[in-house]
Amino acid sequence: MLELKHISYAVREGDSELGILNDISLNIDDHRLVVFTGPNGGGKTTLAKIIMGLVKPTGGQIIWNGQDITDLGITERARLGISYGFQQPPRFKGLTVRNLLTIASGNEKLSKDQCCQYLTKVGLCANDYLDREVDASLSGGEVKRIEIATILARGSQLMIFDEPEAGIDLWSFARLTETFEQIHAAGTATMIIISHQERIISLADEVIVVGDGELRHRGSPAEILPQILADTLGGCPVLTKEGAAV
Amino acid sequence: MMETQVDRELLEKIADLIGKPVGAFNIRKDCGCDGRESTEHIKIDDRTDGHAGIDIHILDGTKGETCHIPVIITKSGVEETVYNDFYIGEDCDVEIVAGCGIHNCGDQTSRHDGIHTFHVGKNSHVHYSEKHYAEGDGKGEKIFNPQTIVYLEEGASIQMDTVQIRGVDSTKRYTKIVCGKGAEAVITERLLTHGHQVADSDMVIELNGEDAKGRVISRSVAQDESSQVFRPCVVGNAKCFGHVQCDSIIMGHAKISSVPEIAANDTEAQLIHEAAIGKIAGDQLLKLETLGLTEEEAEDRILKGFLA
Repeated sequence: MLELKHISYAVREGDSELGILNDISLNIDDHRLVVFTGPNGGGKTTLAKIIMGLVKPTGGQIIWNGQDITDLGITERARLGISYGFQQPPRFKGLTVRNLLTIASGNEKLSKDQCCQYLTKVGLCANDYLDREVDASLSGGEVKRIEIATILARGSQLMIFDEPEAGIDLWSFARLTETFEQIHAAGTATMIIISHQERIISLADEVIVVGDGELRHRGSPAEILPQILADTLGGCPVLTKEGAAV
Repeated sequence: MMETQVDRELLEKIADLIGKPVGAFNIRKDCGCDGRESTEHIKIDDRTDGHAGIDIHILDGTKGETCHIPVIITKSGVEETVYNDFYIGEDCDVEIVAGCGIHNCGDQTSRHDGIHTFHVGKNSHVHYSEKHYAEGDGKGEKIFNPQTIVYLEEGASIQMDTVQIRGVDSTKRYTKIVCGKGAEAVITERLLTHGHQVADSDMVIELNGEDAKGRVISRSVAQDESSQVFRPCVVGNAKCFGHVQCDSIIMGHAKISSVPEIAANDTEAQLIHEAAIGKIAGDQLLKLETLGLTEEEAEDRILKGFLA
């Protein structure tokens, strides 16, 4: 189980302090699929990065499977079973798709068949990609799908995906949502997915709306989706006033 | 031949040789010949002009054969300049593996300057690889100053792979390839310096014949206080295509100067150069850490991939 206790994160801006996350407490049970959603700049990615150790909170505690991991580094958390799919993954001159999958799996003898399974799940053909370098020759969507494949290869107990749908075409997106469904159905991993996509939100056991550095709403997709839609339509007072919003 | 553990390790490092090579070979050790074999199609002979070194003649139509010519220096204080000339006939497809390993545990300088000249006949393809490696904890410097000059006749091609990873205190490299009509030269250079090592590499590809192609791919890593200078140059003297690509990773207090040059003397010459120097990107390290590697392991993996 993942427990976040009173997590805060603030940055200094001149003489004052700007709160990015304010006293967030949250428990996520094993094998749940939880979607973080909410407006841009609301703190979703910061919260996810704090869980992975990519950002150090200025207050609070993170407990993973009963262990306080607040002061542990990224590597130690990865080895304790947490993984993170970046929204904008880095490119590597000289590292191939096979290299990254091998590193991710921790199995130096990862077979082509195994690589193929991971790549197929994100809509890529191993024959076309395995020996390609993850460099600027790949499109943003391709790099993103390879990033997700590394998380699948890692097979962690807790998988965090930051906007996995961003930059991915509709056909691959359909394949990706199937993959999330399969992982969820297998009941082997807990997933935290940051997403704005209704299709992904509808897969969740629980949807958490993060905004202005706080947990605004929590509930099932059936409860939260109508609220999101209402907030979206009411989002522009000018349009509402002029009757342009329907 | 290959009497000591040091010899065996050096040969494996520089030429991937375990035991006696297959095909033609000449093993030079501490200024002498430590083994030689010619084959039906590849003849290796001493030079006749008084210089140290060998002449290698490869008959027309030789295909799928290899020629190993490694050099090892195991004594401190050995300094030599060696001239090896290759005469490769027409319609060949051969692999030539050179390379030099120095084991210097003494206090005197060990230096090997290999001057290689290739005459590659019409429509022949040569894959030439050269690894430089040095080891030993003595104070004696380990120095390589290789020169490689290649003449490609019509339709001929060479893939030249050079690797120098660690151990070499100083290197000054000069490579020149002259391409005739339809000839193609591809040079890939991999270099890692550390400590106070210095490396200097000059390269020129002259594209003289119509439809000649030249490509330089240089990747280097400079660590600690080491310094590197690259001057790859492609000259287009006809309708041709040339591409120079230099990428370097800089670390510690190292210095890198990368000066790619393209020069066109014909309106149909199409030449491109790219050069980049930068440190390892922070997001690359973070990504590999999220996959369970430590920061040091991540750095090592990135460098290995970059130089692979």
